[in-house]
Amino acid sequence: MNILENIRISFRALAANKLRSGLTMLGIIIGVAAEVALMSIGRGATRNITSRVEGLGSNLISISPARNVRQAGVGAQSTPLYYSDYQAIAKDIKNLAGISPVFQSAAQVAYGANQSQFSVTGVTPEFAAVQAYTVAEGRFITNNDNSAESRVVVLGSQAATDLFSGLNPMGREITINGISYTVVGVLASKGSTGFFSSDEIILIPLETGYSRLFGGRAIENGQRVLSTISVSAANPNVVNDVISQVEYILRRDHGLTLHDTLPFSVSSQNQALSTLTSITSTLTAFLGAIAGISLFVGGIGIMNIMLVSVRERTREIGLRKAVGARRSVILMQFIVETITLSLIGGILGILLGAAIAGVVTLTGLITTYVSIDVILYSFFFAALVGLFFGIYPAYQAASLRPIEALRYE
Amino acid sequence: MIELENVTKVYRLGQNKVVALDDINLNIQAGEMVAIMGPSGSGKSTLMAILGCLDIPTKGMYRLEGQPVEKLNDNQLAQVRSRKVGFVFQQFNLLPRTNALENVMLPLLYDGVHGKARAEKAKAALEIVGLGDRIHHRPNQLSGGEQQRVAIARALVNDPTILLADEPTGNLDTKTGDEIIGLFQKLHEEHGQTVVYVTHDAFIARHTQRIIRLVDGKIISDVSVEHPLKAGTPRPEEVLVS
Repeated sequence: MNILENIRISFRALAANKLRSGLTMLGIIIGVAAEVALMSIGRGATRNITSRVEGLGSNLISISPARNVRQAGVGAQSTPLYYSDYQAIAKDIKNLAGISPVFQSAAQVAYGANQSQFSVTGVTPEFAAVQAYTVAEGRFITNNDNSAESRVVVLGSQAATDLFSGLNPMGREITINGISYTVVGVLASKGSTGFFSSDEIILIPLETGYSRLFGGRAIENGQRVLSTISVSAANPNVVNDVISQVEYILRRDHGLTLHDTLPFSVSSQNQALSTLTSITSTLTAFLGAIAGISLFVGGIGIMNIMLVSVRERTREIGLRKAVGARRSVILMQFIVETITLSLIGGILGILLGAAIAGVVTLTGLITTYVSIDVILYSFFFAALVGLFFGIYPAYQAASLRPIEALRYE
Repeated sequence: MIELENVTKVYRLGQNKVVALDDINLNIQAGEMVAIMGPSGSGKSTLMAILGCLDIPTKGMYRLEGQPVEKLNDNQLAQVRSRKVGFVFQQFNLLPRTNALENVMLPLLYDGVHGKARAEKAKAALEIVGLGDRIHHRPNQLSGGEQQRVAIARALVNDPTILLADEPTGNLDTKTGDEIIGLFQKLHEEHGQTVVYVTHDAFIARHTQRIIRLVDGKIISDVSVEHPLKAGTPRPEEVLVS
């Protein structure tokens, strides 16, 4: 009596009542399919967010004035980030791949009669490399543009569409707060991170901004200020080192000791990434748990049917025992039967779940990711459900006394 | 070969104790053919269950080929059943949707006999009962008599020490029943098979060498039949009536 014979016997028993076996399996199929589909959607969402955040620029560290929570309200003021801080960081810090000073200001931007409020960003040529933008058409802002304080503008792909609605913007004039600028380039799309669009930007030379656009908002204590300094570290291993060097220089230049709270936020993309990833992982686990409940309910369905089946087949069990089947053999027969049910259900459920994930991807809502570990996990969970819910009915069958089982009507 | 000494079997039915067998002493020799008769509730089936090691006595001793059975555990009893006992039931008890060959192979499966030997032994047993040409038929494709022959082949396939049949003709018409009794006689005469069967039918009982009568769990008579009937003997009216 080996396991193959056991499997053959259980297939025959299951085939004897195809409708019932099918309906019983349906509980497992739906449970496993839900498990696979939901986990794949969750994994897909995590990957989407990860790849988009990484698309913002790898090894990126951003430095900006901290919002001063304690002094919120009238007169609340944050410590300004000076242009000289940018110069000190650029000069004193090793292991930098690039550094990009940025000043951002809201302005009225117009092309002909098409006018609206945009955030206009003053940048240096390093901005493109540090923030991982590529130029789709024309050119990016150059050092010459900055030193000449040229009235040129580079548009993000979404900003170009908003302003020009389909016209080719290259070489055309737009006005920013009434002053006209020539469009010299359009950026390739980077897509949205889900929180803000990286394509809705309007870039001008930083020097042009200081002299023509930002005015008094860009000067504090007689010095030029910046909204953000973006720094990209030479490689992922030095990100933390660069952060501590930046913090050191900021404390030094602003006359702060180690005991003072640093009035700047210095954060890496990785930190933002790990926060996002932990949120989506929690969400994925939550979805998986919900699907697990339906699988559990499917398991109860199997147990129910197996108990009925044991009762119906009492005489068969009695006969098998009368011709020499031991308890353990009967126990195995019924456990193999439930495991067979749940494993076939599991395989069909995996196929169905993967198909659902595929359909979700086709709708374009989210790119799902059916990973092998989700499949294996679902498969083994289904087998476990079969084993767990099969033991009690099998035990009942094995415990039948042959003499009574044979007399059962 | 079969020795029962002071065997008593008591069942509990809720609060009540039912004495199914009351101090039975019985010996059956190898090669005997015995009929057990008695009214309903006389303990015939209980006696068969004990002889077939489906159950053990409450008191007393049962030795099968010298081996005391009453001390065996469930697994040991299962092994004795698979090697020494062949059962034939009134209801045939064949597995549905399973062909004759596979039904007959079942005891060999549980005794650990391997693939080829299993099929060969089962075929041989089916040939003995005259179904060599129907081995792939399923129970629902066979007549009642043929189904009982498959059940007999299943009982024979392990070369049992003892062939036990509980009302083997009870579900068959008299003609088919006589054929089955003829088969038992053939097994007894040509193969020296020990056969014990329970019957209500005195005519069928008279085909054996020995008739044991049970009433209320006690043996009230145990007689030899001087001239056992040959299978195929016309059934006289008066025997039918008794």
